[in-house]
Amino acid sequence: MTAVVEARGLVRRYQGDGEVVRAVDGVDLAVEPGETVSVMGPSGCGKSTLLHLLGGLERPDAGELRLGGRRVDGLSETQWAVFRRQGVGFVFQAFHLVDELTAVENVELPALLVGSSRHDARRRASGLLDRLGVGARAGHLPDRLSGGERQRVAVARALINEPLVVLADEPTGNLDSRATGDILRLFADLRAAGQTLLIVTHDPRVASMADRLLTMRDGVIDGGTRLDGGAFASPLADLGDLADRGGA
Amino acid sequence: MRDPILALLAKEPAHGYELRQRLMAALGPAGGGLNPGQVYVTLTRLERAGLVVSETVGQASQPDKKVYELTAAGRDRVVTWLADVSWSKVAPVEFHLKLVAAAATRLADPVALVDAQRLELLRQLRQLQEAALAERPDADGTLLIEGAALRLQADIRWLEVCEQRWDGREPT
Repeated sequence: MTAVVEARGLVRRYQGDGEVVRAVDGVDLAVEPGETVSVMGPSGCGKSTLLHLLGGLERPDAGELRLGGRRVDGLSETQWAVFRRQGVGFVFQAFHLVDELTAVENVELPALLVGSSRHDARRRASGLLDRLGVGARAGHLPDRLSGGERQRVAVARALINEPLVVLADEPTGNLDSRATGDILRLFADLRAAGQTLLIVTHDPRVASMADRLLTMRDGVIDGGTRLDGGAFASPLADLGDLADRGGA
Repeated sequence: MRDPILALLAKEPAHGYELRQRLMAALGPAGGGLNPGQVYVTLTRLERAGLVVSETVGQASQPDKKVYELTAAGRDRVVTWLADVSWSKVAPVEFHLKLVAAAATRLADPVALVDAQRLELLRQLRQLQEAALAERPDADGTLLIEGAALRLQADIRWLEVCEQRWDGREPT
């Protein structure tokens, strides 16, 4: 099966204070169709830069990148802009919704940009908002929505053109515990629906729900570890363990 | 175990099976770890300690059942238990000492130990979250899961702090 995202030897350098910083330092990565992958790592390890490279928001200084089997590292800015509309859905920590547009207008925008009819774009946008539990908020401007609702609108926008992959950068970074729970449920649904997902996150709750966890340090990524295997200890058994501990 | 069962009896007298049902409902998915005989053994102990009394009630088609009721001493004990602020500790002392030993002896890489431990905790967190997703969100038992999940998250954050401390540090 062709990997949805395939990177080989990706490098991204920055000119720091007098020295060159290799933010991404030779990353090999393959994400299979329908797979959810999370990337964790300390601040400054290069994980956000990696996500930007994978979505064409930044260009690599070296290495190859294929999305859906197509070589994209050599695309021009304009070619990327066109490819990204249908190939990649982004979800950001700060939502990045257009403040002047209602929820449903935000969601339908990418569909209109690729030439969908107004009617079709509105129908699909409304359908997605319903599916993500924010259908009743479709006519509201972003500043009338809670953080969790805004992020769900942003996820709907990321999905509208049925992208090859959704790239999420700290999607729960601005959310409280309850809204994080909603987003977790949402990602679980997307995973069940076969959406390929790559999530860069600090949040252990989000990271733990992935099929595979990649750890990034100093611009380098490990091979990844599956998370769906059994834990050594069952946390549920521990919870129910009310055996007397001293005293009676 | 004694105190929670005693407290469940404070509302009204009940027999063992009823108590077990109440306890399972309160624990939710965590109730799976409960030993079936535990409630009955505990009730016997509580009776011996004078905290409950029992009355045997005959049943037509089934064996007699024992209905338990709190004594005054039992009620006092419940009130004391509710007001007690002791908190069971999650003490990762042993893991800390492993890191110290690994760094001092070079028998293992502290950062690799942190990575392995983080994976184990993430897997546990995932089990908790999957259990929570399978429950009705308003079920009492999900609160217990949420608490356990928050503690795991705190431990995972602490592992990050450990990593920063030990990453690249020379043995002393």
